[in-house]
Amino acid sequence: MATEILMPALSPTMEEGTLAKWLVKEGDTVASGDILAEIETDKATMEFEAVDEGTIGKILIAEGTEGVKVNTAIAVLVEDGESADDIATPAPEAAAQPAIETPVPAAAKAEPIAVVVPEEADIPEGTEMKSTTVREALRDAMAEEMRRTPEVFLMGEEVAEYQGAYKISQGLLEEFGAKRVIDTPITEHGFAGIGVGAAFGGLNPIVEFMTFNFAMQAIDHIINSAAKTLYMSGGQMGCPIVFRGPNGAAARVGAQHSQDYAAWYSQIPGLKVVMPYSAADAKGLLKTAIRDPNPIIFLENEILYGQSFDVPQLDDYTVPFGKAKIWREGSDVTLVSFGIGMKYALEAADKLAEDGISAEVIDLRTLRPMDTGAIIESVKKTNRCVTIEEGFPVCSIGNHISAVLMQEAFDYLDAPVINCTGKDVPMPYAANLEKLALTTTAEVVEAAKTVTYR
Amino acid sequence: MAAKKPAAKPNVSKEDLLKYYKDMLMIRRFEEKAGQLYGMGLIGGFCHLYIGQEAVVVGLEAAAEEGDKRITSYRDHGHMLACGMDPDGVMAELTGREGGYSKGKGGSMHMFSKEKHFYGGHGIVAAQVPIGAGLAFADKYKENGRVTFTYFGDGAANQGQVYEAYNMAELWNLPVVFVIENNQYAMGTSTKRSTHSPSYWERGAAYGIKGEEVDGMDVLAVKAAGEKAVAACRAGKGPYILEIKTYRYRGHSMSDPAKYRTREEVQKIREERDAIEHVRDLLLTGKHATDDDLKAIDKEIKAVVNKAAEFAKESPEPALEELYTDIYADA
Repeated sequence: MATEILMPALSPTMEEGTLAKWLVKEGDTVASGDILAEIETDKATMEFEAVDEGTIGKILIAEGTEGVKVNTAIAVLVEDGESADDIATPAPEAAAQPAIETPVPAAAKAEPIAVVVPEEADIPEGTEMKSTTVREALRDAMAEEMRRTPEVFLMGEEVAEYQGAYKISQGLLEEFGAKRVIDTPITEHGFAGIGVGAAFGGLNPIVEFMTFNFAMQAIDHIINSAAKTLYMSGGQMGCPIVFRGPNGAAARVGAQHSQDYAAWYSQIPGLKVVMPYSAADAKGLLKTAIRDPNPIIFLENEILYGQSFDVPQLDDYTVPFGKAKIWREGSDVTLVSFGIGMKYALEAADKLAEDGISAEVIDLRTLRPMDTGAIIESVKKTNRCVTIEEGFPVCSIGNHISAVLMQEAFDYLDAPVINCTGKDVPMPYAANLEKLALTTTAEVVEAAKTVTYR
Repeated sequence: MAAKKPAAKPNVSKEDLLKYYKDMLMIRRFEEKAGQLYGMGLIGGFCHLYIGQEAVVVGLEAAAEEGDKRITSYRDHGHMLACGMDPDGVMAELTGREGGYSKGKGGSMHMFSKEKHFYGGHGIVAAQVPIGAGLAFADKYKENGRVTFTYFGDGAANQGQVYEAYNMAELWNLPVVFVIENNQYAMGTSTKRSTHSPSYWERGAAYGIKGEEVDGMDVLAVKAAGEKAVAACRAGKGPYILEIKTYRYRGHSMSDPAKYRTREEVQKIREERDAIEHVRDLLLTGKHATDDDLKAIDKEIKAVVNKAAEFAKESPEPALEELYTDIYADA
């Protein structure tokens, strides 16, 4: 019987890819294990093998096609004596993950309002903007800083020859050589310590953790060695180092690979903690981080790596620490988030606008120092606040913001602050449970309606 | 202890011998004073004395050049004095005063001197080992010919991060001398009870790192081994391991009654193997110094130590504003 060959998912977060090249043509006989095509994800070009044997009856997607959704039929494999036309049914729609619809209570009918996007205050008018992925923005930031000073170098697992496990360091080895782009063995505790020593010795290391989950093996050096030494030395010796890598949940990688460390590191005096959402902020904040004389925790997100945002084309674009960015101006409720939480916050603001609720959306960008002033100012205007993050609920960033608001803006609050967070469970593997464990746009919308009593 | 006294007359100048004698005696008298101040309640928390191990740092410092770096554990007073840090500043840090090397904010275990290339003073057992390799990484990166002495004890030698550091140090040819100060007790656990293989330096072979065992009660043997290790590092022949057999006379810290060994064991080593007595013998038998000369040195050192103790008592406690300084460097 003829079978369809489907566009494969080649990484946990891949949703679509480019069919770069067919290595077979119609009429070719293939055996299981033969390479059929080259498929380009945002991270790599991968070879795609045949699973079944048969003859390529028909190629459905031409080579060079971009944006082919996972599970789209790309070719038809027929057995002896069959023709491709034996496939009667058309290729099915790209199978989406089964979505869980969290019911949102039907809102009282209200007139939709316009979403207000404020002007970019820090970017000169007329600056050329270029659509850039977060991945490219991070690479550009490192490359620019490495060009600026020879003391900056990058070390970590697979950062050099492999071009980065998530392809963040693509091209850096070629430009800067093996002295400055260094593959380490899989030994987080050891290379974090070596990075700290190199920083004490006058260099500016960027230490990439393949993910922040693995940094737990190195957390003693991050906290005891990097964060505390300036204080313990009476100001003599600081540690100018950037620890960076993907943080938080990716997709379907289970409990040990899905954890948001924002709250953990934000607790430590001596560390600065950065968690960008957009590509422009990823670039500008990483450049600031590399120049900062203190140890920086730079929390990225695997799902955001492939997303594109406008990045200003400036010779030296930096974003200061401790300054939140207002993505939407609003008057009814303040939504405060950072990192991938911003995705939910912005989607929720759009949905709320449809229901006539005007949400102000604040992206903290850095968690330590935290621009609590921006939150308080906003709450003075809206009198209500919802925080959004993917981390665990106990001792979360949202809890901290709630406490700050209680102490410093108590008289302005018209409702208790609600913290939308990940659930208080280890991350499950099953697709439906994973979805439940994370916070959702629907939850944010519901929380915003709760605090606005709608 | 695998130690034998050197049979032949050592090839060392009078000046050098006198310097080692003074430096070792300085550490011992300083530590005795620190113990006394601890008993008086002027020093708090943990206080780990170096008495008995003086020949290790003094011998290795004799092999170091200006600009070489050193880093060690919490048993760090001896290392600081041996690399030329001011006894006043060290003692005042022990008493938690403004005049201390860390303005009183570090304490006995956490002291640093950028000027003397002393990178701490680390309270987490073995954390200094990869950091030391990292200092060497920076020197190799800058191609400045410097070497880092990374000290750790027999207890730390069982931490996993030591071997992570060994692997990368050899892989990248880092100019680091790993110095295992084997004083035979990791707090109260003897090496016999903690380690199957009796030899720590031999573990380097698994990583391709050369090394040797050294008699840590003989300052000249330590210096000779140090020179060999440093030469290998400066020649670009990567890391080197020295396992220096030594002995601590006091407890692990001031609060350790040391019930895990007999008084006789300690007494025997003090009488037969003491590193300072050894140099004293060499000075006297070699007619480099008279009893009176050595008495004068004793007196001189006592004066320095007493001055440090006075300074440490009189230096004020840090200003309350210091609570919130030095957390971040200005960006």
